[in-house]
Amino acid sequence: MKDWPLYEVFIRSRSGLNHKHVGSLHAADPQMAIEHARDVYTRRMEGVSIWVVESSRLHASDPTENDAFFEPSQDKIYRHPTFYDLPDEVKHM
Amino acid sequence: MPAQLFEERIEGEEKIEPRDWMPEEYRRTLIRQISQHAHSEIVGMLPEGNWVTRAPSLKRKAILLAKIQDEAGHGLYLYAACETLGVSREDLLSELHSGKAKYSSIFNYPALSWADMGAIGWLVDGAAIMNQIPLCRTSYGPYARAMVRICKEESFHQRQGYEIMLTLSRGTEVQKQMAQDALNRWWWPSLMMFGPGDADSVHSLQNLRWKIKRFSNDELRQRFVDMTVPQAELLGLNIPDPLLRWNPDRNHYDFGPIDWDEFWNVVRGNGPCNRERLHDRVNAHEEGAWVRDAAIAHAIKQRNRQAPVAS
Repeated sequence: MKDWPLYEVFIRSRSGLNHKHVGSLHAADPQMAIEHARDVYTRRMEGVSIWVVESSRLHASDPTENDAFFEPSQDKIYRHPTFYDLPDEVKHM
Repeated sequence: MPAQLFEERIEGEEKIEPRDWMPEEYRRTLIRQISQHAHSEIVGMLPEGNWVTRAPSLKRKAILLAKIQDEAGHGLYLYAACETLGVSREDLLSELHSGKAKYSSIFNYPALSWADMGAIGWLVDGAAIMNQIPLCRTSYGPYARAMVRICKEESFHQRQGYEIMLTLSRGTEVQKQMAQDALNRWWWPSLMMFGPGDADSVHSLQNLRWKIKRFSNDELRQRFVDMTVPQAELLGLNIPDPLLRWNPDRNHYDFGPIDWDEFWNVVRGNGPCNRERLHDRVNAHEEGAWVRDAAIAHAIKQRNRQAPVAS
């Protein structure tokens, strides 16, 4: 381990919101990654909580397979409320 | 096929993300541009570091430290964005340290007086912002996101610089003279920050087509001049260009020719501070080696000490 490994940084900007990916940084260990993330990504009160995860531990979908992979979400328009025609008399539905 | 999809996505203002297919030349161009940009942030701390211990008040010192810390942060955002293109941090740093990679030539000029801290914030950061705001819409996602963060933080840099100039220019005659002297020395190098004129810019056309750049060097330079001249008037300072005047036909300021020989001379390594900057940077890296090694040794020790715990 000659170089410090890469970590991905996620910040919760205020309570009630989810953690959001903000970028990455190198650190020798998770504690240092959290401290660096504080110094690099929250100098102006941008966060109330920080997650870090070693980038090598992250698994991701393959963008070259996007068409096939996300296809099931495209052909089921009956999942959307606008698919259903209701009489105008029905309000607030 | 992937090439066509790539062009369509660029055309449709869709961002390109790290694992998407991209032409090799697009990748190379981005690595060059983002790393140069990162190096500029890091080297850009050096002229200012010169004034931390000599700032005229505790307030100014604290502000200067905060600005320098931002620049370290900007360097880190950009190195991280660059690494998503498959290049390692170590390689990026060694290219800077060997002198192979370039950084913005402006940082090869010396910061001789306190007024230079004002002129750098006002003009150098002002020119940088002019360049960077369109980059928030650049076609490569991680670069665009880094630029959004940077632009948010950069505005304080310019304002604090202008405020230093304002204070000096409303001060004693000597202080006003200091401000004028700083403007005299930083004006032309600031205009050079936008790079060669469009006719001589090697990378411009392809970069505009790929939406890496959104405006040409000359367009941005003109915008900078138009914005800055009234600000200098407000300070009561004179811009050191006898040919500068408002042109009502163009609705822009005309300005004198830029000394491109000087620009290329500094790019080639012969500016007033090129050697000093590189020497200081290499020195900082080498003298920090034991800290990096110690952190690794500590991490390994901690890891070995913690027996795996079932949760």
